[in-house]
Amino acid sequence: MTAAILKPKHQRLVLVCVALVALIGAALLAVYALRGQASYFYIPSEMATRPPEQGKGVRLGGMVEKGSLKTMPDGVTIHFTVTDGKAEVPVRFTGITPDLFVEGSGVVADGRMEGTTFVADTLLAKHDEKYVPREMKDMVSTRSRQAVAKTR
Amino acid sequence: MIAELGLAVLWMAAALAVLQLVTGGLALRPEGRALAGLVRPVAVMQGVLVLAAFAALVTLFVTTDLSVKLVVDNSHSAKPLIFKIAGTWGNHEGSMLMWVTIMAVAGAFVAVIERRLDEPTLMATLAGQAFISLGFYAFLLFASNPFARLAQPADEGQGLNPLLQDVGLAFHPPTLYVGYVGLSIAFSFAIGALVTRNVGPAFARAMRPWVLGAWIFLTLGITAGSYWAYYTLGWGGWWFWDPVENASLMPWLAATALLHSVSVLSSRDALRAWTVMLGVIAFSMSMVGTFLVRSGILTSVHAFAVDPRRGAFILALLAIDIGGALALFTLRAGTVTEGKRFAFVSREGALVFNNVMLSGILGIVLIGTLYPLVTEAYGVKVSVGAPYFNPASAMFAFPMFAVMAVGPLLRWRQDRLTGDRTRRVSWPVLVCAVIAVAVFAGVEIVASGIGLLPALGLALASGLFPAALLPLVGRNLRRTPLPVWGMVIAHAGIAVSLFGMSSESAFSVERLAAMAVGETREVGPWRVQLAGIMPVAGPNWTALEASVSTRYAGGMPALLSPRAETFSNPPGTRNESALETRWNGQLYVVLGEAAADGRWQMRFWWKPFAPLIWLGGVLVGLGGLLALAGRVLADLKRWVARDKIAWRRMRQGR
Amino acid sequence: MNRSNLALWLPLAIFAGLFALFVGRLLHPGDTVVASAFVGNPLPQFDLPAANVGRPGLSTAAFRTGRPKLLNVFASWCVPCAAEAPQLEALARAGVEVDGVAIHDQADDLARFLAANGNPYAAIGRDDARKVQLAIGSSGVPETYVIDGRGVIRYQHIGDIRPEDVPMLLDRVKAAGGGS
Repeated sequence: MTAAILKPKHQRLVLVCVALVALIGAALLAVYALRGQASYFYIPSEMATRPPEQGKGVRLGGMVEKGSLKTMPDGVTIHFTVTDGKAEVPVRFTGITPDLFVEGSGVVADGRMEGTTFVADTLLAKHDEKYVPREMKDMVSTRSRQAVAKTR
Repeated sequence: MIAELGLAVLWMAAALAVLQLVTGGLALRPEGRALAGLVRPVAVMQGVLVLAAFAALVTLFVTTDLSVKLVVDNSHSAKPLIFKIAGTWGNHEGSMLMWVTIMAVAGAFVAVIERRLDEPTLMATLAGQAFISLGFYAFLLFASNPFARLAQPADEGQGLNPLLQDVGLAFHPPTLYVGYVGLSIAFSFAIGALVTRNVGPAFARAMRPWVLGAWIFLTLGITAGSYWAYYTLGWGGWWFWDPVENASLMPWLAATALLHSVSVLSSRDALRAWTVMLGVIAFSMSMVGTFLVRSGILTSVHAFAVDPRRGAFILALLAIDIGGALALFTLRAGTVTEGKRFAFVSREGALVFNNVMLSGILGIVLIGTLYPLVTEAYGVKVSVGAPYFNPASAMFAFPMFAVMAVGPLLRWRQDRLTGDRTRRVSWPVLVCAVIAVAVFAGVEIVASGIGLLPALGLALASGLFPAALLPLVGRNLRRTPLPVWGMVIAHAGIAVSLFGMSSESAFSVERLAAMAVGETREVGPWRVQLAGIMPVAGPNWTALEASVSTRYAGGMPALLSPRAETFSNPPGTRNESALETRWNGQLYVVLGEAAADGRWQMRFWWKPFAPLIWLGGVLVGLGGLLALAGRVLADLKRWVARDKIAWRRMRQGR
Repeated sequence: MNRSNLALWLPLAIFAGLFALFVGRLLHPGDTVVASAFVGNPLPQFDLPAANVGRPGLSTAAFRTGRPKLLNVFASWCVPCAAEAPQLEALARAGVEVDGVAIHDQADDLARFLAANGNPYAAIGRDDARKVQLAIGSSGVPETYVIDGRGVIRYQHIGDIRPEDVPMLLDRVKAAGGGS
């Protein structure tokens, strides 16, 4: 029965195997889950050329286009356009915007495409003058450290 | 003057660390035995000197010495005293000095009090500790001198990041550092034991209080950090799987595994090689976390100023310390003799399962944290968040919780769940399992819309809580040893926390509204009314404060005041949430901006049982504290008894 | 015995993999120089008032003198700006004219900053609303632009100027002067 005590050599071998199987299992599970769950980062021109699946969670980064920000009558839903200078994506967001969120500022939005509109669940705020979403660094006109200064 | 003194003392401490390493190493050889007497005093002296250097830096910050660069960059004369002190470690150089300080002081403690371990292993341990410290000394003295002066004193400091101006956060990093450094002691013990090939119960007992202490600090640090993020970021979440959070979670996971395997080694002399490896891994995770945060290769919400050269330095330390230790492990572990045997159904078996599952979670978190780095090397940018971490870690956590309900009831070495053990183990566990199933069914019937993970979590937590208390059944509670109490409370704390997490994720109600003054809204069972908006001012900030009157269904009204704060030095803002806690949950209110039409953006959450998340964390920490107290008291008693005998013998000898 | 010995190498192998990954990312940190969309465009029209620290204000016209210049976007409250100050001084000493745009700043704060960190600027314009900053495609401080003699942006340096960046910036300025 299993209750029998194993021979010493066996025991070490069995323990090593159990640990290996569990760790390899963890690694495989991680890789499998990551392929499905990691949200990919898009800039507007990528959004235009090879759009993500409808409803799949992705990130969108770019600049908030000047003059595009409109607040809906409920007072908490906003519409704006994110651009990278080449393409534009309309975005809808319901919630309190981060402190630095103004027209012309850089933004990273977590959300998904619904039709032709990107519905954002969160707009990434920076909480530190040293914080830049890593993805932003590669971006053309907006890659950069953000200032802590508020525009107004 | 104080700055120069601090630097001088720091150099002397570094020199002593060299001496400690050399004498400790030589003392291992027969011809160097005579040096062994030198190692302990040197370790103590090193601790005292670094403490003096750290005190010097604190003094510079308290007096706001504006000729010191670090003070100018991170402090401001108008700051409240407590944040001046916190400014000492709220920056890269200061936090590194704090790290070395805690490390050296802990080393001094080991030198003074450790008497159980055989002398060679202790020498090797102290030498190892000196070796790790030396890396950090080099880092401080050559690359990030905290005492550097400015050519010309500044008129005023640059201030401290507004987000860091929070009492909770000010004392959060030091808590974690103590945890990390405690793990460095465990690491040094593991090295010492590998060097002398002396891996056994004595080694485990010497290491256990340090692991336990480190683990308590990590537990409390993570709990406090999570609560800080919850109330101060104003996002309503309490865990974001941010790289910095993961960096503190990974050492905790490894330390938890280590804690359990150390207990197997000390009471049963099994899992020898495994325990040593966990000792190495736990500290590696602290270093990897520090590296990820400081090097800036992963950016995060909480990032420090980033400098690739610092990253390279930490990476070099990581390679030398951890790479060296793992190489030593690879060479020596084969010669570590096999420990005692045990059956699958036994306390050891359950603990092995716990260890393997914890390692699995650790792997999941590590891979998820590093995955963006790997894909970026191929030019694909991704972000990994809760949709990956939650289910993947639950795959390992939930089976572990199930075994956790049974494990503490099992006997060491070999147990069976039939015959006379049925009444003691099988039936009570079965009852708990029935509770869990009933809760799961109930949740699915009453609130079928909630996700599978929260539902499973609620069910497991409900079964786990009574199961965690089972080891107390049939015991005389007064005579139950403190470590048993500690284990019971810590396990119950896990259940409490799991319940809070699941309930928060399953039943939270969110309401977002633009409200005019005087308007009322419903949030779950609450009625909230925006009563007014007022400007207020603090020592170094101004804010808009909303007064929100809230009323729980049928309860007394309460007034909440969420604030949107604006800091002046340096400029920045913070949305401080206001919380109203009841026994069955928490109302969370955030004030946003003014809309164009004069209404105010308000965000409300009703989070049933959310406070249990942190209450559970505190219980876990408390359990650890009780266990530590029990062990230390037992040790003290033993010393006192032994000293008495020795004293008597000495007198008789005369 | 042999098999478990192989397993013993596993931790070291995993660690070696991690180490290689970290080294790789440190050496090639994704954000190598990428030209800004504004590079190659002329500066937008602006006329910023003086910041009242003994330096004139700044307008687009100042960049059409035929000589290449550096335009430094900075602020007194920004820590990296203080860190790059010695490098700006070095550039100024090397004969490059450095003009500054101070973001969201106050005269006395600015004066204190310049007194503490040195003042390499020939002119400083005040940009309280961050209008110019956004117009030239900068969303943070500090940033430094190389502007040629006709007022065209030639290069954008994001983040603080490290000592090792100074020769590169000097080359850029020289190239901007020769090319026009």
